[in-house]
Amino acid sequence: MYKVKVFVTLRESVLDPQGTAVKDSLHSLNYSEVSDVRIGKYMELSIEKSERPVEEVVKEMCERLLANVVIEDYRFEIEEAVAQ
Amino acid sequence: MSLMLEPSPEQLKSQKVYKEMGLSDEEFAMVEKILGRLPNYTEIGLFSVMWSEHCSYKNSKPVLKKFPTTGDKVLQGPGEGAGIVDIGDEQAVVFKIESHNHPSAIEPYQGAATGVGGIIRDVFSMGARPVALLNSLRFGELDTPRVRYLFEEVVAGIAGYGNCIGIPTVGGEIQFDASYEGNPLVNAMCVGLIDHKDIKKGQAHGVGNTVMYVGAKTGRDGIHGATFASEELTDQSEENRPAVQVGDPFMEKLLLEACLELVQSDALVGIQDMGAAGLTSSSAEMASKAGSGIEMNLDLVPQREKGMTAYEMMLSESQERMLIVVKKGREQEIVDLFSKYDLEAVSIGHVTDDKQLRLIHQSEVVADVPADALAEEAPVYHKPSAEPAYYREFQTMENDIPAVENYKETLMSLLQQPTIASKEWVYNQYDYMVRTNTVVAPGSDAAVIRIRGTRKGLAMTTDCNSRYMYLDPETGGKIAVAEAARNIICSGGEPLAITDNLNFGNPEKPEIFWQIEKSADGISEACKTLNTPVIGGNVSLYNETNGTAIYPTPVIGMVGLVQDIDDVTTQSFKEAGDLIYLLGETKPEFGGSELQKLTYKKIFGKAPELDLATEAEYQEKVLAAIRSGLVASAHDIAEGGLAVAVAESLFGKTQLGADIHLTGEATTQLFSESQSRFLISVKKENQHEFEKLTNAVLIGEVTAGNKLQAFVNNELVLEEQTDVLEKAWKGAIPTCLLK
Amino acid sequence: MKFAVIVFPGSNCDIDMYHAVKDELGCEVEYVWHDAGSLEGFDGILLPGGFSYGDYLRSGAIARFSNVMKEVVKAAEAGKPVLGVCNGFQILLEAGLLPGAMRRNESLKFICRPVELKVENNGTLFSAEYNEGEVITIPVAHGEGNYYCDDETLARLKGNNQIVFTYHGENPNGSLENIAGITNEKGNVLGMMPHPERAVDELLGGADGLKLFQSIVKQWREAHVVNA
Repeated sequence: MYKVKVFVTLRESVLDPQGTAVKDSLHSLNYSEVSDVRIGKYMELSIEKSERPVEEVVKEMCERLLANVVIEDYRFEIEEAVAQ
Repeated sequence: MSLMLEPSPEQLKSQKVYKEMGLSDEEFAMVEKILGRLPNYTEIGLFSVMWSEHCSYKNSKPVLKKFPTTGDKVLQGPGEGAGIVDIGDEQAVVFKIESHNHPSAIEPYQGAATGVGGIIRDVFSMGARPVALLNSLRFGELDTPRVRYLFEEVVAGIAGYGNCIGIPTVGGEIQFDASYEGNPLVNAMCVGLIDHKDIKKGQAHGVGNTVMYVGAKTGRDGIHGATFASEELTDQSEENRPAVQVGDPFMEKLLLEACLELVQSDALVGIQDMGAAGLTSSSAEMASKAGSGIEMNLDLVPQREKGMTAYEMMLSESQERMLIVVKKGREQEIVDLFSKYDLEAVSIGHVTDDKQLRLIHQSEVVADVPADALAEEAPVYHKPSAEPAYYREFQTMENDIPAVENYKETLMSLLQQPTIASKEWVYNQYDYMVRTNTVVAPGSDAAVIRIRGTRKGLAMTTDCNSRYMYLDPETGGKIAVAEAARNIICSGGEPLAITDNLNFGNPEKPEIFWQIEKSADGISEACKTLNTPVIGGNVSLYNETNGTAIYPTPVIGMVGLVQDIDDVTTQSFKEAGDLIYLLGETKPEFGGSELQKLTYKKIFGKAPELDLATEAEYQEKVLAAIRSGLVASAHDIAEGGLAVAVAESLFGKTQLGADIHLTGEATTQLFSESQSRFLISVKKENQHEFEKLTNAVLIGEVTAGNKLQAFVNNELVLEEQTDVLEKAWKGAIPTCLLK
Repeated sequence: MKFAVIVFPGSNCDIDMYHAVKDELGCEVEYVWHDAGSLEGFDGILLPGGFSYGDYLRSGAIARFSNVMKEVVKAAEAGKPVLGVCNGFQILLEAGLLPGAMRRNESLKFICRPVELKVENNGTLFSAEYNEGEVITIPVAHGEGNYYCDDETLARLKGNNQIVFTYHGENPNGSLENIAGITNEKGNVLGMMPHPERAVDELLGGADGLKLFQSIVKQWREAHVVNA
């Protein structure tokens, strides 16, 4: 049993209008120390078992569905969870 | 585990746990008497939601009785998911309005979104295809960040739900006033089309028939939402956030298509939305209306969370769920039908003949109560009513004409009042064209959609001037209905019927109850004269923040029939050279007007008068002129008076202007809000015929000059470029939001 | 000529597309459910707007894995005209039939209104009935229509004349180079954010979208008359 945390964000080169809006809002609340905000998606996958290495499977899922690599970057963390 | 935490029947009584659920001591005693024993926790939960104002109308029933609810075209009046009116050719229009005020005050995006979702289900649960959405919104003044946040999020929530499910949001109205600051109003209306043969009701007939659950799974969201909607908001209300549900428009789109396929099946007996009070109201009402009983096994209810109790399942207001009753033995057909849409249909119970709502959970009977007692036998209260002191004072006041120094500047200021200003910023976020039937888009008097495959159309609008309503609820009630009808007429439609959403403060205050009674009197009288029965609606009371009530706001949603799509008329002037007419008398009436508010920053005095006989006569004449093809444009003269109406008729058309000639006192002529007035433009060649039909007064001409000029007593008092006026009018709301 | 209107769970402009083709063009047209295993017998494929699968991950991301999409790819490879509008465009991008990706509108708001488009290339089978440089009015209705691609892809789009429509005047969503609609290299797959199917009847405010559908039909008829 694995718990996988997937983070998807827009690529550095792609304008993130949501992030810009939040940054502006933080500035208007006087958090001038904020220099950049990037907004992304966070997903949690529970994987029971896998024939192939989990890492390989998750990477494939990200490339095929979870992220659109034309505009998005992704990274993930895999935790092995002990069955309860 | 939480089962163990539930108080015992004895504890319920001794610790008065029912009070937290909104039941009074007397009501608890009634429940005890009905059951002949102490209710358990689940049972008292059922009574508390079903006897809440939101579900039982226990405080408003005596008032609702006043409304005319029948007519030769009414196929279904109040009492079902939505009312139905015949439009000929074996077709009918189905519509209803409903509020989601309290949830929207706490979580504006989801509150508004689920409000839209709920009203759509009410319409398709009748078997109708939803074809249009409208709304009526009230917010505080746009000068605080909180109000701007509520406004932006409510609009986004309406857009998010309506756009995704693919039903066009074609119209609505928005007003801004300080009384709504802590308690915004979000009323959503849905209009549907149905063939007579497809009309379905929420009734559980046929002993032994199967009760099925379809749609989304049940979670712990929205527990006690109906009770929450029947309480005043306080600063602590935000802590009640778990009561707000989250909408899933994609799920609802699937549910909608599946249910519309389902109504074609003769296996279906009855269908009802699980709206407020969810599984409780749908099952109790379906049984009660059919004179039958229902037994359900709650273990079979699809659940999103683990370990839910019977109480939680019965009171959950999770969205996008329906309860259906199907003929015994036909369940598999229904399962197959829903699986095509990736939806589950699950048998959870059956119809009985003992008139009881009986619930089984983990092999035990956890509730066994008479369905009628839940659905029909809530106590009815005749609240004391008292004429408020403010009203008596206002009635003694003489008409006051605000002093105007510069007519042009005043017009510019009026056009920038958020209530008058262009709502483009709002409706451009709504997909108002999807399904390609929208003939008149938002921004004109009433929206019009065509009925594909026929020459007919439907005109629809929502209206309520809550300032008039506050000054004089009876006259205000008449005006709301009359103005809605005027909007329908100006669009080329014949008013059919209304749905109303009665938004008021706490009815336990005699002054508030007086407002409710008086406005209902006004609405009833207008509906009778204008022949527009009330076919359904919703009541939302306790709209108060920290003890201060909103303005009385009984929103009128009206639908009219356009006999021939060629009759469709808009408010926009069409061509230079067309003649401009004013129909109706202008008097110095500024009570509750935009000019009064602008000048004094408050409202006072009498509301504008309304003579229903005159109103009806003018409406008939204008519609006759439109149907004779004599009218180029027609516009109801409302907030801001004639000058604003003329300006609005010029907007959206490049390079047009108007010369207007009036006689009398200039401020009154330009800005009074006298009722029963129409601004009409007519091609020159139709002048004689038009004048034969009406007693409208020729007041000017559409020009090619891109300039609005108003002369009063032959003196030029107002002159401005059309595009300058339009820019100010369009820019006002975006500018407010940037502050 | 016979069209297929592909219906995904959550499509909501399917009926508009269907009626545009049937009522205004008088062509044969059928709805095809997303799990269909064949598109045989159809000469043109239409992917309508809406919110397929709620657009919950990314617009079009889930729909592209529908069974019928394999057939759409085959049809595209066979040179049949494939038109994706709004959500249909987003699906074509996700499926890789067109280059680039969609971002949220710059304003972060859904936008619904008629916009002006410039016909950049009237040499495609979708735009032959328009004049080059013609300005037409077609409504948009989307929350994610902010087209993006990298510089290299943009250079290719330009070099191959794949940009068919651009926003004229105000850009409603912030798209790169005002792009409103592009084709694939072969020119038989068009994706566009504006809704031509909403602009086929003067009663509803304009009919500038009609020529797009007429272009498809005319081209098909010419090809089939020659072949006959």
